[in-house]
Amino acid sequence: MRVGVITFPGTLDDVDAARAVTTAGAEAVPLWHGDADLRGVDAVIVPGGFSYGDYLRCGAIARFAPVMGEVVTAARGGMPVLGICNGFQILCEAGLLPGALVRNSGLHFVCRDQWLRVENTTSAWTTRYDRGAEILVPLKSGEGRYVADEATLDRLEGEGRVAFRYVGENRNGALRDIAGITDERGRVLGLMPHPEHAIDALTGPSDDGLGMFLSLLDTVVTA
Amino acid sequence: MTSTDLTGQQTAAPVDTVDHAAATPGLPQPYRELGLKDDEYQRIRAILGRRPTDAELAMYSVMWSEHCSYKSSKVHLRYFGETTTEEMRAGMLAGIGENAGVVDIGDGWAVTFKVESHNHPSYVEPYQGAATGVGGIVRDILAMGARPVAVADPLRFGPADAPDTRRVLPGVVAGVGGYGNCLGLPNIGGEVVFDETYAGNPLVNALCIGSMRVEDLHLAHASGVGNKVILFGARTGLDGIGGVSVLASDSFSGDETGSGRKKLPSVQVGDPFTEKVLIECCLELFRDRLVVGIQDLGGAGLSCATSELASAGDGGMRVELDRVPLRASGMTPAEILSSESQERMCAVVRPEDVDAFLRVCAKWDVTATVIGEVTEVSEEEAARGGRLEITWHGETVVDCPPRTVAHEGPVYQRPVERPADQDELIADTTEALARPSGPEELRETVLRMISSPNLASRAWVTDQYDRYVRGNTVLAQPADSGMIRIDETTGRGVAVATDCNGRYCRLDPYTGAQLALAEAYRNVAAGGATPAAVTNCLNFGSPEDPGVMWQFEQAVRGLADGCRELGIPVTGGNVSFYNQTGSTAILPTPVVGVLGVIDDVRRRVPTGFGTEPGETLLLLGETRDEFDGSEWARVAHGHLGGVPPRVDLGRERLLAEVVIAGSRDGMLSAAHDLSEGGLAQAVVESALAGQTGCRVVLPEGADPFVWLFSESAGRMLVAVPRSEELRFTDMCQARGLPVTKVGVVDPESDAVEIQGVATFGLDELRTAWEGTLPALFD
Repeated sequence: MRVGVITFPGTLDDVDAARAVTTAGAEAVPLWHGDADLRGVDAVIVPGGFSYGDYLRCGAIARFAPVMGEVVTAARGGMPVLGICNGFQILCEAGLLPGALVRNSGLHFVCRDQWLRVENTTSAWTTRYDRGAEILVPLKSGEGRYVADEATLDRLEGEGRVAFRYVGENRNGALRDIAGITDERGRVLGLMPHPEHAIDALTGPSDDGLGMFLSLLDTVVTA
Repeated sequence: MTSTDLTGQQTAAPVDTVDHAAATPGLPQPYRELGLKDDEYQRIRAILGRRPTDAELAMYSVMWSEHCSYKSSKVHLRYFGETTTEEMRAGMLAGIGENAGVVDIGDGWAVTFKVESHNHPSYVEPYQGAATGVGGIVRDILAMGARPVAVADPLRFGPADAPDTRRVLPGVVAGVGGYGNCLGLPNIGGEVVFDETYAGNPLVNALCIGSMRVEDLHLAHASGVGNKVILFGARTGLDGIGGVSVLASDSFSGDETGSGRKKLPSVQVGDPFTEKVLIECCLELFRDRLVVGIQDLGGAGLSCATSELASAGDGGMRVELDRVPLRASGMTPAEILSSESQERMCAVVRPEDVDAFLRVCAKWDVTATVIGEVTEVSEEEAARGGRLEITWHGETVVDCPPRTVAHEGPVYQRPVERPADQDELIADTTEALARPSGPEELRETVLRMISSPNLASRAWVTDQYDRYVRGNTVLAQPADSGMIRIDETTGRGVAVATDCNGRYCRLDPYTGAQLALAEAYRNVAAGGATPAAVTNCLNFGSPEDPGVMWQFEQAVRGLADGCRELGIPVTGGNVSFYNQTGSTAILPTPVVGVLGVIDDVRRRVPTGFGTEPGETLLLLGETRDEFDGSEWARVAHGHLGGVPPRVDLGRERLLAEVVIAGSRDGMLSAAHDLSEGGLAQAVVESALAGQTGCRVVLPEGADPFVWLFSESAGRMLVAVPRSEELRFTDMCQARGLPVTKVGVVDPESDAVEIQGVATFGLDELRTAWEGTLPALFD
């Protein structure tokens, strides 16, 4: 199976996302921001970084990239999409996920090994986890505080769309400790922490993140 | 000629041409304001056979500055070359004189690394000063044809509780993080040190490592008559022009563009997004073999790039300066040549490759402009140092031998004199200082030491840096060294550590520099890597002070002699002078960076206890009663005097060999260098890193204060799985390395017990160690 990894100018974690896809046993396909072409992939990852420098609101420019039009269409058709960090911000800006990511409450960029609790094990990206399991993955962002209005938060909770929650310290001040959410159908996942940096205990704090990429394989193969 | 001002009006901008200069030999020029001495100005006139134009004066003044020409340090730096043996050169693919040294690390990989200072700008404008420091060193590494793969920042500030430190430190840290994080380079190490001498003069040094295939190295050299010179990256603006603005206001062009234009800050402003794109663009240009030669634009901007490229190539170059894309209106040729606008590179490209080159730039939305070409020089011109011609709308504004600009600046043999107070300082030892005695005082001392600003956790700083990006970081702060995987298949990687204890250097700069070298060497070995090469950033006070020059000379000699003894070459370096406030110089601070090679990063040795079920704690090396210049003397008594710890580089080498062998044979489960704060500090850090308790049992009859806090060099704390203990201690004894059993790791325990002294809960230690910096800077 083929998983597209988008590179915008300023994308940083595309090599890491591609490595995670390969480690999970799929083929990583590079997608270029300027091409309105998904090259026949089965799923798409929008990786972390600072697309277009993020000098404006994070992700606000990237959502207009030609490739994103294709991603939005494909996602509405049910293609699994994973947005990590800047990718999560872009998916929110593109309207695929509700809410927004704003400046950390501590005002500093935070890079730390973060414990998360798995709240949803039915989405395209989370079937390999046990509900309530705690996983350790890096969090590294300056604008990672998830916010949405109360009604939206209640709806997300009610529909089981909160995928991951911060456990222990919540250093960015995300509302209701939300680290990641899915769309209505559980095909699109956005999260601030970086599962692609936790696929091997040699280079990350654990290999807990690999489960998201393996879950995708299950999803696509059984589809 | 005309130019366009801010309102879009065409205004006349008279320009000082070569013809005009020849016709007006007596015109007064503000060379002193530009930092040139009378004899230096006369030398320029002699080289040119006339007075320099404004543009030439701008070029010579900036290129002959201390920062660019190394005029005070050159005579001393030669000693590095003189002490480098053929054997030491064997693993070097390029060395001093290049932008950065290049080391062959095996498996077809070459690694380049360098550290540079950005001290003064970071005091004036902490965020941008630090940010552009990162940007500059990254472009240096890129210009070697390498992909930058990691950064690290050795930082020094005034007292942690001083009001100005609260202005400078958060800004510097945010700048390092803001730029490096956005570039996508993991920050894997560095230092944070506080001392009152840095109060008006923080040190912001930036290190970068790059990797490339060995066969790609040739990119660093330029030549080929007819080849095109392409400027690419950001547009050129008025930032970082500094002193050159006197040319515009005093001598020639008046105020043709109206108010306010010259009032830009002299510190450059960084745009990391542009640099990230520039990196990827350059790497694609290298991959497609479209570059003959390349140079980054850093200090001295186009003056430096054009003169160095021409000088390193065939010696001839013609540049049409009016083709340079600008972001400010009405800039004079002198300003364009001096601008230090960031994120720019200059390449030499074969004419047939220009279209392909420009296509790659367009793909990355990078502005690229052909601004000139490599020209032929006559033999006579070559003998004079080549010929660099720069025109402005068809008129020649520079016509000079580029070698005289880039490489033939003045060289000074500054007076050197051992400071008068040196003997008094040495005589003032720590012998008479009151020492803690009894368990209660020792317990208090442990907690006071680990929470003191120089020994407390650096997490407040390093948590603002991305250490994970690119997915190859194997070790990062708070480990002794940063380690990066270079080859994902074989696991080959490199480690880097930077160190310097300025207090030791103040007491004895020769020994202090060797101690800095020894510590960085030890830190690299502690992770399991074999030390291979050295870089340095020599931060000192004013070279016009004979006492400072003595410190400098001594430090250079100590470092060079030390490298020869350890058998590892200095592959590059940087000098920063004039680090002083009034007549008070900073502590002499020769920051030493050591690069190590590890054949497989999977056998790296971590710092934390508890990776194996049962571990014995061994102290390698000898502990002596050495407290002069120590962190204890500072924390407990505010004292600096005496002689620094003894250094024995033969012992350092043996220690490293034993630890590397232990790592290779799987005999070590943890290792931690002993340095500032001594054994107590190392035990606490390793216990906290592994979140695992231990019981420390000092040898019978040992003075617990000396054993816990002495800063004797050549020591390391290692944890050895119980099954390997005998094999490892046998190896130490066979090799003649002193080894002392100092306790056991206890995986069931959440406390550090120092038998006969005190027991500390891990939570208590963590609160003390981690609380200090957040309390000061949040």
